[in-house]
Amino acid sequence: MKILVCISKTPDTTAKIAFTDNNTKFDTAGVQWIINPYDEWYALVRAIELKEAKPDTVLHLATVGGADADPIIRKALALGGDEAYRINLDGADCYQVAFQLAQLISKGGYDLVLTGKETIDYNGSSLGGMIAGINYLPYISLATHLEIAENKAIVTREIEGGEEVCEVAFPLVVSAQKGMAEARIPNMRGIMAARTKPLSVVEPIAQDPLTTVTAFELPAPKAGVKLVAPDQVDELVRLLHQEAKVL
Amino acid sequence: MNVLIVIDTAEGIIKKSAFETLSYGADLAAQLGVNAVGLLPGATSEELGSLGQYGINKIVHVNPDQPRADDPTVLAGLIASVASTEQCDVIVFSHSLSGKSIAPIVSAQLKAGLVTGVVGLPDTGNGFVVKRAVFSGKAFSHVRIETPIKLISVNPNSYKVNTGGSPATVETLSLPTAAPRVLVTKRQKSSNELLLTEAETVVSAGRGLKGPENWGMIEELAKVMGAATACSRPVADAHWRPHNEHVGQTGVAIAPTLYVAIGISGAIQHLAGVNRSKVIVVINKDPEAPFFKAADYGIVGDAFDVVPAFTAAVKKLKGV
Ligand SMILES: Cc1cc2nc3c(=O)[nH]c(=O)nc-3n(C[C@H](O)[C@H](O)[C@H](O)COP(=O)(O)OP(=O)(O)OC[C@H]3O[C@@H](n4cnc5c(N)ncnc54)[C@H](O)[C@@H]3O)c2cc1C
Ligand SMILES: Nc1ncnc2c1ncn2[C@@H]1O[C@H](COP(=O)(O)O)[C@@H](O)[C@H]1O
Repeated sequence: MKILVCISKTPDTTAKIAFTDNNTKFDTAGVQWIINPYDEWYALVRAIELKEAKPDTVLHLATVGGADADPIIRKALALGGDEAYRINLDGADCYQVAFQLAQLISKGGYDLVLTGKETIDYNGSSLGGMIAGINYLPYISLATHLEIAENKAIVTREIEGGEEVCEVAFPLVVSAQKGMAEARIPNMRGIMAARTKPLSVVEPIAQDPLTTVTAFELPAPKAGVKLVAPDQVDELVRLLHQEAKVL
Repeated sequence: MNVLIVIDTAEGIIKKSAFETLSYGADLAAQLGVNAVGLLPGATSEELGSLGQYGINKIVHVNPDQPRADDPTVLAGLIASVASTEQCDVIVFSHSLSGKSIAPIVSAQLKAGLVTGVVGLPDTGNGFVVKRAVFSGKAFSHVRIETPIKLISVNPNSYKVNTGGSPATVETLSLPTAAPRVLVTKRQKSSNELLLTEAETVVSAGRGLKGPENWGMIEELAKVMGAATACSRPVADAHWRPHNEHVGQTGVAIAPTLYVAIGISGAIQHLAGVNRSKVIVVINKDPEAPFFKAADYGIVGDAFDVVPAFTAAVKKLKGV
């Protein structure tokens, strides 16, 4: 069994969102970078659990990014995994990133590719499906459970108004969300071990992005809260009904 | 060249988000001076001609004698095929659970640029530039699609629904499907009757409620308001409420018309999932709670007093 987990680097969830260069670039000044929470808590931890259950499992991590992604991928290796790849490209759009990973995946012969549900900065929710589409692999999105049987994966995915259990033969691509695993904290041994695990830098293959970000925009600020006294709930209901017209 | 709109169904019933994407697609087609064609794959119990009320001209009903395929790759193949026969160069999806699984596969199959989480009609004055939500709703970006075929998925609750269009023509079509590789063995409905992402009103509570035994008054308020219920992450983590009610950065992102937050502090990760709500009401006993900064209306008070009074006042308004 060979597993690849796709790891992306995102700004910390509390990072201040601001833009520079005439609103065309994200302002990275003072931003702390983290492993995208869905990739870390759900995709990676579930893959580590599968390896713990079956120690002959090979677990690789991959990220598409510049050298500034190295600390993030090392942090991921401290949680678990045998080795990592960094494809040396500052991806301009999801397709360009997916294309790189798809090439790595077809060469590596992985049985299972895991991504997070979405990146918390770009919020594309697209990369896993694009990899699946490029390599013609089956895709299960927004999975909440993943078990490995003899020669197939048994995956629960969220659907409108419920869940469904799917069986899919290997190889396949799964995007992971809440429910899949519980977050872990790296221990000292993991952090030490991560320093010597192989991290290979791979040069990208030429592929133009299919989309271009032309500008960013911040939402208009709220007008400010209108407070109502706790014994005047009738007044709140009146405001919601007559002023805001939402009740 | 036309606009194709993929209609979301669950067990043959058309989802509310589809009315928004149909309206979006119809308005986009009008803007471009082309036709709007709806695509519905699989069996349905609905009368399709009436979907013309949202402004579309035609519905292509593919494989009406088979249930909707479970494998997103199979659906992607059908969509690509109809896009080509109907001469559509823009395909509109809903950024729903189903759209999230299908649209990226179509993008890869057609090598067509995809923009997800779109919140408004494109600017087609100079290329094709769409506005989408980024940074979990904390900002927007404008994205130009560079490919001849353009794929868009529209955020639920971000586009107004059209009314009054005349009936659409309905064409049924049988298309061969690829062999499915995803086999669904079990399907279960969640207990949450009203779908959180589709609800107009959401009543949500946090750790301020102290324990799961106190959710009765939250459910009561939600019931009189016709609202869905939601919660903060620690509440779901402590198993006070089911996981699928957890809203925020790592839970469900919602954009209801009215969001009522009770005993929730308003941490930035919580706000990330609810900041696209139209009107936010906050009930919290701490006047310094950060949620008040994001609120439109607020009550500084104890939830255990305010919520029952709120329920009574709504009942009075509705005359029940
Ligand atoms: C990476 C990351 C991702 C996260 N993702 C999410 C997410 O998706 N969603 C999410 O919700 N959180 C998320 N969190 C957690 C988030 O940071 C907060 O810890 C969480 O939202 C707090 O939940 P709460 O407001 O219910 O609890 P608390 O912060 O404990 O707030 C309880 C509030 O209740 C008020 N209160 C107490 N008693 C009463 C009373 N009797 N009447 C009225 N008010 C009362 C208090 O004044 C307080 O403001 C995330 C955190 C991290 C680090
Ligand atoms: N640059 C990247 N390198 C590796 N994996 C990525 C990258 N960007 C996104 N991913 C993966 O794809 C998932 C979905 O990303 P997105 O489609 O951008 O929301 C993430 O949760 C990651 O697992």
